[in-house]
Amino acid sequence: MIGTRKGLFLARSEDRATWAVEGPAFPMNAVYAVAVDTRRESPRLLVGADSEHWGPSVFHSDDLGASWDETEGGALRFPVETGAALTRAWQLQPAGADQPDVVYAGVEPAALFRSDDGGATFSLVEGLWDHPHRPRWQPGGGGLCLHTVVPHPTDADRIVVAISAAGTYRTEDGGKSWQASNTGIQALHEPDPFPEFGQCVHKIARNPARPDEMFLQNHGGVYRSRDGGETWETIEDGLPATFGFPMVAHPHTPGTAYAFPLVADAHRMPPEDRLRVYRTTDGGDSWHGLDAGLPREPAYSTVLRDAMCADDEPPAGVYFGTRGGDVFGSADEGETWGSVARYLPDILSLRAARVP
Amino acid sequence: MTATQVQVRVPASLRSYTGGRPVVDVDIGALGGDPTVGSLLDHLAAVHPDLERRVRDEQRRLRRHVNVFVGTENVRDLSEQGTPVAGGDEVAIIPAVSGGA
Repeated sequence: MIGTRKGLFLARSEDRATWAVEGPAFPMNAVYAVAVDTRRESPRLLVGADSEHWGPSVFHSDDLGASWDETEGGALRFPVETGAALTRAWQLQPAGADQPDVVYAGVEPAALFRSDDGGATFSLVEGLWDHPHRPRWQPGGGGLCLHTVVPHPTDADRIVVAISAAGTYRTEDGGKSWQASNTGIQALHEPDPFPEFGQCVHKIARNPARPDEMFLQNHGGVYRSRDGGETWETIEDGLPATFGFPMVAHPHTPGTAYAFPLVADAHRMPPEDRLRVYRTTDGGDSWHGLDAGLPREPAYSTVLRDAMCADDEPPAGVYFGTRGGDVFGSADEGETWGSVARYLPDILSLRAARVP
Repeated sequence: MTATQVQVRVPASLRSYTGGRPVVDVDIGALGGDPTVGSLLDHLAAVHPDLERRVRDEQRRLRRHVNVFVGTENVRDLSEQGTPVAGGDEVAIIPAVSGGA
């Protein structure tokens, strides 16, 4: 699933080398959130699509995109008493395999919603909405958005979310209470470099096989937690830069993760003007660049926070899409790369999975 | 349309929510006393909820890039959703010129 600024494209492949691209569905809608929910009997595709004119909506498909359903009245709506209205869904995230009907949505204005019917209808997670910090949360460049939801793979009570620019919050009681969870993460836009909250976290990824280990791309700084998000430490050895947006964990191998560094906040382009993914295989102690098969000519495009993903295959496929509309994929865990799609609108979101 | 109806013109991009119909006729009597654009949209919310939520957000505010006209007048230049409507009026929902490249 390839979410772009002007609609959804679907790319299919038997061998992960040759891809057939179709679309766009939802033309002229910005697709910030896509998900493939493989926990169901037939996989469900979920899409958050925002029309410039007609507002945001969530669609789902149980026939791999041949048809789309839109919940009557809208799947995601703020309760009237909140005074808030949905700007967009930034994240649609299926929960763990033990909760096959639960899907979380991270939205703007920053809030978490939970669905118990596979994404057809959602309700506001009030524990986070009522958090005493919320009135003091400040928006990042993309708005005040909850863009990352990291459910625990086996413990339904434990969820980590990231909000720009409020930082990381976690719950251990299924969403009733939330704690700011930013210890060790630097805030670059505050007088206090280590505030309780206010960090501009860009993405968090967790390996399901080692759930207490998480990797975090901050607005300047790359971090690791080995205690479920309670504390964080920098892991930047081998990275050419510490700015960037996405962070992807390997689907099977603990300690392996992927990042796409950009030079700096003030120079949001790839180091050395080359498209290059960086991978750690030792839990973040070191990083190494991967660019075999990627274009060798100068490249100035960026990869947004949800425009990199992995599939669930052995060996894992890794994919990223650029704001220049190119999607690249690797069927061998990042060792070699090839083109998936070219000349699309800006890539906003990307997810890959094996489906029947 | 009759003198006791308001005719709501629906843009092509929203007609999937009206069964393909370009016009929805609403009896003025269904809007209560002192009918307004707001009470007209409230009525549509009950009859065609997906049409209405594309025009207004969940706080029932008109979406920023949607214009509603009573006759030839944009309600933003009148009294917004407090703009009165009467039987025989034509109310048009029209997307604003926007979108970028």
